[in-house]
Amino acid sequence: MNLDLRIPMGLMFTLVGLILTVFGAATSGSAIYARSLGINANLDWGLVLLVFGGTMYILGRRGQRRALAAPRKAAPEGTVRRGH
Amino acid sequence: MLLYFVFVLGIGFALKRFMKTSKDFFQAGRALPAWICGLAFISANLGAQEVIGMGASGAKYGIATSHFYWIGAIPAMIFVGIFMMPFYYGSKARSVPEFLRLRFDEKTRALNACSFAVMTVFSSGISMYAMARLIQTLHVFDYLFLSAGLPLGWIFHLSIILSAIIVLGYIFLGGLTSAIYNEVLQFFLIIAGFLPLVIIGLRNVGGWSGLKASLPQAYTHSWQGMTHANTNPLGVEVFGLAMGLGFVLSFGYWCTDFLVIQTAMATDSEENARRVPLIAAIPKMFFPFLVILPGLLAIAATTPHPVTVQRTDASGAIVRETTIPTQAEAEGQGLVPAKTNPLSGKIMLDASGKPLLDYDLAIPSMLLHYFPTGILGLGLTALLASFMSGMAGNVTAFNTVWTYDLYQSYIKKGATDAHYLAMGRWATVGGILLSMATAYAATGFNNIMDTLQLVFSFVNAPLFATFLLGMFWKRATGNGAFIGLISGTVAAVLHHGMTLPIEAHPGLHGGWIAVLHHYPSDMAQNFWTAIWAFSTNFLVTIVVSLFGKPKPEAELVGLVHSLTPKPELGHLTWWRRPEALAVVLLVMVVALNLIFR
Repeated sequence: MNLDLRIPMGLMFTLVGLILTVFGAATSGSAIYARSLGINANLDWGLVLLVFGGTMYILGRRGQRRALAAPRKAAPEGTVRRGH
Repeated sequence: MLLYFVFVLGIGFALKRFMKTSKDFFQAGRALPAWICGLAFISANLGAQEVIGMGASGAKYGIATSHFYWIGAIPAMIFVGIFMMPFYYGSKARSVPEFLRLRFDEKTRALNACSFAVMTVFSSGISMYAMARLIQTLHVFDYLFLSAGLPLGWIFHLSIILSAIIVLGYIFLGGLTSAIYNEVLQFFLIIAGFLPLVIIGLRNVGGWSGLKASLPQAYTHSWQGMTHANTNPLGVEVFGLAMGLGFVLSFGYWCTDFLVIQTAMATDSEENARRVPLIAAIPKMFFPFLVILPGLLAIAATTPHPVTVQRTDASGAIVRETTIPTQAEAEGQGLVPAKTNPLSGKIMLDASGKPLLDYDLAIPSMLLHYFPTGILGLGLTALLASFMSGMAGNVTAFNTVWTYDLYQSYIKKGATDAHYLAMGRWATVGGILLSMATAYAATGFNNIMDTLQLVFSFVNAPLFATFLLGMFWKRATGNGAFIGLISGTVAAVLHHGMTLPIEAHPGLHGGWIAVLHHYPSDMAQNFWTAIWAFSTNFLVTIVVSLFGKPKPEAELVGLVHSLTPKPELGHLTWWRRPEALAVVLLVMVVALNLIFR
């Protein structure tokens, strides 16, 4: 398949992570964190997702570049090909 | 949440240009990498029943629920990867019913294809209904609806229509590839949404040791009291558990259900197809911590009670704020609320006058309790994602089986590939419309969901015997398989009709013919129904086959174990072979069982 799933997935998690981090930073110390035992769950988890999304995206881009750098011979119908 | 929907449909659009032949649409061009298919393999199964149901069982039975994973899934996944996948993938069959036609005959396939098609449509309808109900119960959209001036009753309709449009959108555009990609996305979303919940919940009760201290012992030990049915929360003894769940039910599901097999068949080579269930087994092994643990944590948490907070406001006046939980919350245990009657709004009581607990709300109420605004959105999206991944898997399995096994075989043979591709797309629309009809039917008849699931279990229980004999005994004949399947189902129906779990009334729970035997729990009854169905099918197939003439051996190459050359693995170093991975998995599963024994 020509679309490496890691790219859109990385993008999505990066965006979600970004939103959570910004929201968490903006609401830092707010009363809404009483329910999560005083942990700023938005900020902390936002950062985790940011790192995860970023890693996925970078891996995906690298995989795709490598696939482009090594042009495959035209695969006849039904042949086996590795995605990345 | 919106962002997620945009990405989901975006993937569908991005993949649309690759969908040129029916093979691309139904089989993802057989070109996907193994890790993606592996994650989709478990994600397809990670539907509503899984997340909500396992959390509920966790709250009800404790860590013993992990038997559904460590006994009820991993061994079967290893088996399908090592022994069965070569036949599915190597036979060039495009679906599980098609494999039955190659191995046995047309009627066995028709029987399997029809029952399977009906089941997928109903299951996705049930998923849809459960999701809409949950959204309604959680009141997540209430604010939006009230501010838009819309009646709250529309939330149900909106949830159904929205989920239908999204799932339809991405499958219509991108076929199986799109469904698989989205399943992987949903897999990560579910982890992203539930992992922080488990971390916060565990911290709240003081870690694993705190959890152990606040719960009865049987909750945190999965093997305690398993020697006798009356001494463990599941009400099942070891033999019923190992044979019923560990063998018949789990092998029947993981080894024959096209819903999961289709993802493995989408890989690029037989080796990778064999690897898919094995890769899937790794995260599957740790899923109990993600879906069962929240249930335990919900039970262990303190039950909400009226709290009064006194503080001094800016002007110096003393303000008292009292938060009063609803009656259902206060009557519940931990964070699991009591069950209320949807019509009267009253708390439902059991026979001894204690309030019944609504275990299905264990995970949702955990989310609402621990997550602040922001990450709560992520948690709810994860919950919705789990519903949709279950639905999508059913829909793609339906469109493939309908198009290849019913339409192409019995309605219109020999049409162009473009015709079948279009048919597949429209089958998707049809399947989703039928699912919606099921979802609405479920609102009208209270018991329809339970009844449907019961009927599925009758049809599914004997299936594995047919595949086992088909793949490993070359004498098995088409007539044997067909008659065996039917008598297995009949045996399941009869067994259910003649036994009853203790404390249940004859009817939907069994005993509607005559009550000959009482089981300690409905789970035990369920396992034994499966054992009966399997054994009947197994014996009848053998007996009928011995009277008939087997297929010539030349026709069975690639379909039966003894006539198929061993998969060529010489080019792989020993630790890269699927078998090596399987051994590692087995060791891990045994270790987990020992740790939580």
